[in-house]
Amino acid sequence: MNPGGQTAEQANSASPKGPARPRPPEPPRVSVELASYSYAPEGGASLFTLEATSFDVRPRELLAVLGRNGSGKSTLLRLLAGTLPPLSGRVQLEGFEVSRLDLRMRAQRIAMVQQETPLLFPVRVWDYVMQGRHPYSRGLRFETEEDGAVARQALVEAGADHLRTRWMHKLSGGEKQRAVLARALAQQPLLLLLDEPTLHLDIAAQVDLLRRLRRIANDRGYAVVVVTHELNLAAEFADRIVLLDRGKTLRVGKPVEVYEQELLQQVFGTLLHVEHTARGTPKVTFSGGETE
Amino acid sequence: MRALTPRKLLLTCAALAGVLLLLVFFSLKFGTRSISLPDLASLLYHTALGQTDRVSSDFRLIVLEIRWPRILLAIIVGASLSVAGASFQALLRNPLADPYVLGVSSGAALGSILSLIWFAELPGATPFGAFAGAVAATAAVYFLGRRGGELDSYALLLGGIITASFLSALIMFLMTTISGRELRGMAFWLMGDLSTPSPVAPGWLFLVLVAGVGAIYTTAADLNLLLGGEQEAMHLGVDVVRVKLVVYLSASVLTGLAVSVSGAIGYVGLMVPHLVRLLFGSDYRLLIPATALGGAIAVVLADTLARTLFAPTELPVGAMTALVGAPVFIYLLRRRMA
Repeated sequence: MNPGGQTAEQANSASPKGPARPRPPEPPRVSVELASYSYAPEGGASLFTLEATSFDVRPRELLAVLGRNGSGKSTLLRLLAGTLPPLSGRVQLEGFEVSRLDLRMRAQRIAMVQQETPLLFPVRVWDYVMQGRHPYSRGLRFETEEDGAVARQALVEAGADHLRTRWMHKLSGGEKQRAVLARALAQQPLLLLLDEPTLHLDIAAQVDLLRRLRRIANDRGYAVVVVTHELNLAAEFADRIVLLDRGKTLRVGKPVEVYEQELLQQVFGTLLHVEHTARGTPKVTFSGGETE
Repeated sequence: MRALTPRKLLLTCAALAGVLLLLVFFSLKFGTRSISLPDLASLLYHTALGQTDRVSSDFRLIVLEIRWPRILLAIIVGASLSVAGASFQALLRNPLADPYVLGVSSGAALGSILSLIWFAELPGATPFGAFAGAVAATAAVYFLGRRGGELDSYALLLGGIITASFLSALIMFLMTTISGRELRGMAFWLMGDLSTPSPVAPGWLFLVLVAGVGAIYTTAADLNLLLGGEQEAMHLGVDVVRVKLVVYLSASVLTGLAVSVSGAIGYVGLMVPHLVRLLFGSDYRLLIPATALGGAIAVVLADTLARTLFAPTELPVGAMTALVGAPVFIYLLRRRMA
């Protein structure tokens, strides 16, 4: 692994998503093999179990994790982030077990955007984004010119360059999410994880965020995993979907393969209608009733 | 780009050190007996050159043997308490944390009193007792402040206040039931007092101060990230467990150090970091050294006022800091709730 966290794919920018996409298959960046996890009090019955799951994530790929609340999406994300070691099986990033990576090494390779980002004292966007350079610095850690250049680039890519002198706590939801994304990009990760990043965002900001993630995945060669409740946005922007239900991985595949009306009705417990647009993207409409 | 540079760090610290020097000079001058500037300058000049015979012995006694040691103690106590406060604020992720408000100072006071009672003959027993008391009180407050596995701001403050009052009751109980020569002056000492010379040489105290602040300073960059939550910090490569342990032990050492020297001087650890943040921002790489110097300035100023305002009567310096600090605390609390 190279210490800079920069890979060959990141250096040469790739073509955007489009019909020209059959390209030689790249080796998976992340491979999850029969990984499981169980929350259990000492000696007690387990409270929640994520059953053994297997899939991989490739460079440039945007993977969406779907499922109801409590289906194990966040647990899966924490397995990918390496903050939970799997109870069985393996979660590997370019051949290394993520939960055994040294903290700094891991932070150079995996960036996580969490749902809530509480701040104790006011901080400006620029300083906040600079925090993303922490895994690369040593000692007293004064930021270098290079750190500044990376942070600027991250701000541009996240669409937050105009916010750099603003205070974090005075930003709107959408602006704040861009700043948080910029900090994650400043980590120059191989794998970018986002836990319900569209929560509290209005529709325009949601679409904007997903479009950016799509572009970042393509241009930078990052593997991006997004946990979300937005079925239609996931169908529109994700390459593949992982569908979870009560700790079980029901399906892994392209949106077309996963979005089956009956399957989704059963998982989400609501009446819905799936149609396939001319472009082949599934579209979900909700009719308001309940399944049994 | 605005970011902290070593240059900005040095300039800020140099400016604060300048203010502190100036203040020390005036603090040497003023007192029950004021000394004229030329006399003071000549005294310091000749002392610095080692020509002690050319100095009035009266002035020498007042300035060098009464005021100077006291100022030195004020510097050590102010720096320790302020850095401890700034550290507790990051550690407990609570901007209102302060060794006094959290009951850590009371723990240190109880520890030093117990060590006086049980191990009076051992040298260094008081500071060590104060440190042990501070560690125990911090642990107690930490567990009282947890709710559902998370640190809760208000549970923490309440836990601190309750710990402080419980420990104060224990201290009162000890003081009324045990009569000993050492315990007599304690009522004054508990209010925070710098007039009693420390039994430990200031050089040693200074060494402990530098070690404690230095240890915390090695985690300064990590503390910046810890302010955003432990999970977030971990995702950015911070070894959260190690940082918390270093800061917890060092902040307890600093609190123990301050309390064993001067009793419980309140609110310094709350006010000084807040003022420094307002002036220079909340980057801990700058905040820690600036807070150490700012704390020294604050306590030297408070003590100078305490001994000159109603001269020849002296106020305990803790009363001075509480007079200013308590209203500031209420203000910060209300602003937070608004």
